[in-house]
Amino acid sequence: MSLKDKLLSSYLTFQENTDLDNSIHDIKDEAIKVFEEHGFPTRKDENWKYTSLNSLTKPDYSLVSHADDAIEFKDVKKYFLNDIDTYKIVFIDGVYSSYLSETTHDGVDVCLLSSALTKPKFKQVIDVYFNKIAKKESLTALNTAFAKEGAYIYVPKSRAVNKPIQIVHFSTGNEANLMLQPRNLIVAEENAEVQVIERHQSLNSNAVFTNSVTEIYAGKHARVDYYKIQNDKENASLIDNTHIDQQESSEVSVHTFSFGGKLTRNNLSFYQNGEHNNSILKGITIIEDKQHVDHNTLVHHKQPNCESHQDYKGIFDDKSTGVFNGKVVVDAIAQKINAYQSNNNILISDKASINSKPQLEIFADDVRCSHGCTIGQLDEDALFYMRTRGIGVKEGRALLMYAFANNVLESVKIPQLKARITNLIADKLGVNIGFDL
Amino acid sequence: MLEIKNLNAGIEDKDILKGIDLKVNAGEVHAIMGPNGSGKSTLSSVVAGKEEYEVTGGDILFENESILELDAEERAHKGVFLSFQYPVEIPGVSVTNFIKTAINETRKAKGLEDMPASDMLKMIREKSELLEIDRKFLSRSLNEGFSGGEKKRNEIFQMAMLEPKLAILDETDSGLDIDALRIVSNGVNKLRSKDNAVIVITHYQRLLEYIVPDFVHVLVDGKIVKSGGKELALELEEKGYDWVKAELTA
Repeated sequence: MSLKDKLLSSYLTFQENTDLDNSIHDIKDEAIKVFEEHGFPTRKDENWKYTSLNSLTKPDYSLVSHADDAIEFKDVKKYFLNDIDTYKIVFIDGVYSSYLSETTHDGVDVCLLSSALTKPKFKQVIDVYFNKIAKKESLTALNTAFAKEGAYIYVPKSRAVNKPIQIVHFSTGNEANLMLQPRNLIVAEENAEVQVIERHQSLNSNAVFTNSVTEIYAGKHARVDYYKIQNDKENASLIDNTHIDQQESSEVSVHTFSFGGKLTRNNLSFYQNGEHNNSILKGITIIEDKQHVDHNTLVHHKQPNCESHQDYKGIFDDKSTGVFNGKVVVDAIAQKINAYQSNNNILISDKASINSKPQLEIFADDVRCSHGCTIGQLDEDALFYMRTRGIGVKEGRALLMYAFANNVLESVKIPQLKARITNLIADKLGVNIGFDL
Repeated sequence: MLEIKNLNAGIEDKDILKGIDLKVNAGEVHAIMGPNGSGKSTLSSVVAGKEEYEVTGGDILFENESILELDAEERAHKGVFLSFQYPVEIPGVSVTNFIKTAINETRKAKGLEDMPASDMLKMIREKSELLEIDRKFLSRSLNEGFSGGEKKRNEIFQMAMLEPKLAILDETDSGLDIDALRIVSNGVNKLRSKDNAVIVITHYQRLLEYIVPDFVHVLVDGKIVKSGGKELALELEEKGYDWVKAELTA
């Protein structure tokens, strides 16, 4: 049975246990129909030309984990940011771990989507936002049909969450092949502020296929900073679908750090629904072996006087492959738009490759849109220069690569996170030098 | 300190150095002069360990040991320093962090701990004052957008920080105005001691008015064709390189 068929038949079984009166039920029914019609995307789909899901849809996945999922904090401590106080929403094989989490309802809601979907006091917010921001494409629909759990963050008007929130999804590898479909909803009302760090982490080398959906709503003057750490093990694959609705004068940034995993696809869509929006999309990809990372971004400028800034850096070694497909749409009424897009890549090995494709669809006439893409190699002259000063080849390369990617880190607002990412980069490049540039 | 014996080297089947002999002792300053294309920069690159050049004969001894098989960074760790004619721009790496990394990597190679941050800062302050370098300059990306004079001053600053035994200054005077030339030469002179040696590679005599050499060698077509004291530089300036060439063919 194909994965698609298995999912369709499992859906019926899942739904037997749910409350048919809940309005979510109709949303799920509708979603499974979308998935049934479209299935998994293939390379014939223009948006998936350079990323094949064939290897991901072959294994026979467990859709729930049956084993005892208790894990000790000391064993997973290193996957958290520990040197600052944070809220934590932690899942193990898709199931909430109250033991590892630290949630709150004090002025803001930092809790579970399952609670929000079922408890009456959250109904009003769920009715307005849940599945309203996400577009009805196949993979998001698949997630909508199955998703039961994830993070729910609600920040009311003029509130700021007093510390960053870490969302961590662990998979234990208790199942040989596990499919996970977490779902996050983040609502920042007018003038609210929140910072989120998300990580998917498998704890052994069994295969995990995660199809994650995150919806983010930023009200007027709201500020949302979202950081994704993608540094998973070699058999973990992730499709991350993040949909963002921005209202007037809001600022939303998404930083994506992709250093690990087998196949990673980031579908990141920004919809600017108010004037004076600022959207920031940044990423650093450093991969090797046969790893594959695909950034598929969309910034839809639907209102005038807005900005968007995209800056993605990629470093590809061995036979790794990268894709950057950045689409910017400017509607006819969206005048005075400044849209910047830049994608710079370094190929370390002659077997590595990158497909970089900017796509601009501009229907307004008074806009400034720029895009630039470079693909190059490390500067050998710079390397020799460094060597004559006593800096070895490995360290010199690392320094050059870090310097190349460094400006993406400048906009990271949490210093401890910046330090952590810097360490991850040093680890990834196999050097022990300080990068405090 | 440095002994070059019958050195032959080239690039892609093209012979450039055709039997160089040179001996430099601690405490000495040697100038190597010569017309364009005579092999001056090749000589400095080969001593520093640039891999593109193939050594086809002879040897280079540093402190009585051959360094031909050593990588560029290993030569640097031993105390060989090359100041580039065209220093490379490295965007995103600040002058301070670069020199910090260079010093600590050199210390690591010698089995030493990193230099304590306070010592490093103190040293940076001292050496940057010596070369009249503004503090702001140190936080800029290495050589990026630097003027010719700033680049060369930065090279000598690094030399001052790394304290090499042998410094090779490749066309350090090119691109310098008279003030920068004075500052750079002044820096080099202050760093001279009985324990280290300097090789100044230059096309013109001008620099040698500031950094006065003990010996002057004339390089023509890959060979040292004439050696002498500092007065040889003046003679060259007056009569031009054609004079040496004419003498050769005579």
